[in-house]
Amino acid sequence: MLTAVLVMALGALVLGAALGYAAVRFRVEGDPLVEKIDAILPQTQCGQCGFPGCKPYAQAIAKGEADINQCPPGGEEGIRKLADLLGREVKPLSAEHGVEKAKSLAVIDENLCIGCTLCIQACPVDAIVGAAKQMHTIIAAQCTGCELCVPPCPVNCIDMQPIAETVETWKWKYPVVDIRPATARAA
Amino acid sequence: MPQDPHTMTSYLFIVLGAVLVNNVVFVRILGLCPFMGVSKKLETAFGMGAATTFVLTMACGASFIIDRWLLAPNHLEYLRTLSFIVTIAAIVQLTELIIQKTSPLLHQVLGIYLPLITTNCAVLGVPLLNVGLKHNFVESLLFGFGSAVGFTFALILFAGIRERMEGADVPQHFRGTAIALITAGLMSLAFMGFAGLDKYK
Repeated sequence: MLTAVLVMALGALVLGAALGYAAVRFRVEGDPLVEKIDAILPQTQCGQCGFPGCKPYAQAIAKGEADINQCPPGGEEGIRKLADLLGREVKPLSAEHGVEKAKSLAVIDENLCIGCTLCIQACPVDAIVGAAKQMHTIIAAQCTGCELCVPPCPVNCIDMQPIAETVETWKWKYPVVDIRPATARAA
Repeated sequence: MPQDPHTMTSYLFIVLGAVLVNNVVFVRILGLCPFMGVSKKLETAFGMGAATTFVLTMACGASFIIDRWLLAPNHLEYLRTLSFIVTIAAIVQLTELIIQKTSPLLHQVLGIYLPLITTNCAVLGVPLLNVGLKHNFVESLLFGFGSAVGFTFALILFAGIRERMEGADVPQHFRGTAIALITAGLMSLAFMGFAGLDKYK
């Protein structure tokens, strides 16, 4: 019995050590810039930027194929952080990709839901639970507020409700100070 | 020793026997899940076959060493299945890490098939058969390699047939997996024609 345990432990130890060594020795460096850009993006996976999610958008920015002002959920603050990271000019949000809205949460009116599963298919983060002809509901903690579930709903039972600012959701707002040009004062 | 013509012939027969006579898929009926799952397209069949060949040969060598030097001296033969499967999983993981680093192209070709091999029962079955057939180290490696080549062979043949079957007018109730299983059965019958070929040694 003891030998069996020892032999298995020895085997596990050797294999574990080999795998651990290989993980360090053969580590593949991903593009670190993509990771950094992806960390700034809001991870709503809403697709408003024209890419299928936040990671593809981050890759496109890193390659220089996309501009930094295409992310409405990230808003002004997101663009500012991206500009800081990439050393580019801050520019206003591109209008064709949407407008910045208060962060909100999708809520299904469960009395109206007919259980068609269309919103489940649309949700990019699997935050909607339910089955065919069963009432659906949204897992609030998973919902990114991307609004992709709103248009497919045939009975319009999904509402976007803005998240009220609480101690948990409050974020420090970047202080914006208008700098007047020197000529304005001289005049 | 390997220069001895009798040894060489017996090695040849081990490979031939594993590829044709005792084909893992058609005769031993092992590894049917990847056989059915990955044989829809010829390219994926190639990828899966290549990955399996590499892993199975490695697994046969490693499991022989473990069985001969670790389990048998301690009379722990009952731990074979457990220790073999752990070793195979580790080898698959190790292979993936190394391939990803050294050859990104190959990694892209093999892709998801590498991790899938862990659950291929042929990869566990062949090392266990090796023990049962009392093969030595070289024979174990050759048997593993031959079995994997046989697996690849079966996969590629079957993928070719399935690609042709896409366009065939199959009766409605036989479409899909049903006709695939019937075809596999017919191919299995055809492989019975090789029976006895390895008895000449």
